[in-house]
Amino acid sequence: MVEGLAALVRHPEFKRGSRDMLGITLGISAWGLVTGVAMVKSGLGVGLSLLMSLVVFAGSSQLASLPLLASGAPLWVLWATAFCVNLRFVIFSAQWRLYFEPLPRAQRLFIGYFAADLNYVAFLKRFPDLKPDPANQLPYFWGGVATNWVAWQAPAIAGILLADTIPTTWGLGFAGVLALLGLSYSLLKDRNTWVSGAVAGCAAVAAYALPLRLNILVAIAAAVAVGLLMEKWLRPPTPAAGGRSA
Amino acid sequence: MSLWEAVLGILGMGAITVITRSFFMIPDREIPLPQWVRDGLRYAPLAALAAVIVPEIVMTQGELIHTWKDARLYATAVGTAYFFWRRGILGTIVSGTAVMLALRVGLGW
Repeated sequence: MVEGLAALVRHPEFKRGSRDMLGITLGISAWGLVTGVAMVKSGLGVGLSLLMSLVVFAGSSQLASLPLLASGAPLWVLWATAFCVNLRFVIFSAQWRLYFEPLPRAQRLFIGYFAADLNYVAFLKRFPDLKPDPANQLPYFWGGVATNWVAWQAPAIAGILLADTIPTTWGLGFAGVLALLGLSYSLLKDRNTWVSGAVAGCAAVAAYALPLRLNILVAIAAAVAVGLLMEKWLRPPTPAAGGRSA
Repeated sequence: MSLWEAVLGILGMGAITVITRSFFMIPDREIPLPQWVRDGLRYAPLAALAAVIVPEIVMTQGELIHTWKDARLYATAVGTAYFFWRRGILGTIVSGTAVMLALRVGLGW
């Protein structure tokens, strides 16, 4: 077990996975800090905030749950909200499966727990072919998790413990948005990705009034539909005019 | 809400993290995905990111912002300019946050 762990950490892909996350950690950390402060400021005590940060490990679902916990909503409402806010991970898991299918189920679930948004994006950039290659993919994945977990939890815990001394009006949380912005730009490869990304952004704003952050799902559905339609009707080899009739 | 209820709620949320993030990895037998779904899912990561970010930039309290005196717009513009100049995510964060702090703390935007 210990030898296996040491071999994993020594693997060159572990370092690479860890390094690929470094550029965005500043944003993750700023966001973790703000989330930590928000948990305590919502009235959740220090103990419960620490428990939530270390157990739940999903920033958007934590933030969405705070008003519900504060108002004493029933547990099923709390869990339904967490599930809906996390629905994007269900979509991501369809792709994780293509990589990690050969592994035993317990290991797949363990991987799943740590597979946050940024790990998913970095991983798909590193391994664009949806094929299993555990010898390289596992060290890369855990390298990214090591960076991401520490970069999120350490500032979150600091935020929980120092909630009263950290100014929230400075807009530090926006560093997290800027990190995701830079990451999104790095995924823009061709016309199709630009257009589908723009569609997703507009759809998310237009559907913002939906409860439980379901606007994210609407945006993903719209972007996927537009992407597929462009692949079907706007094939690069036939740049004939009028191809956008539908 | 009692303490134990809150603890139970939080533990349940942890279970939901595992269930949603591993969702399609849970069954042992493969779930056949049509090819168009596999193709389409390639657009999902960017779409999810854009769906999270864009409202954070252009909306306040569920409405599109009505003023140009919003530090987020300039922080985004500078971060964007930096990215397409140097292609670095770290610089995007640093330059955008610097503008954010300058406008928020300095001008109160």
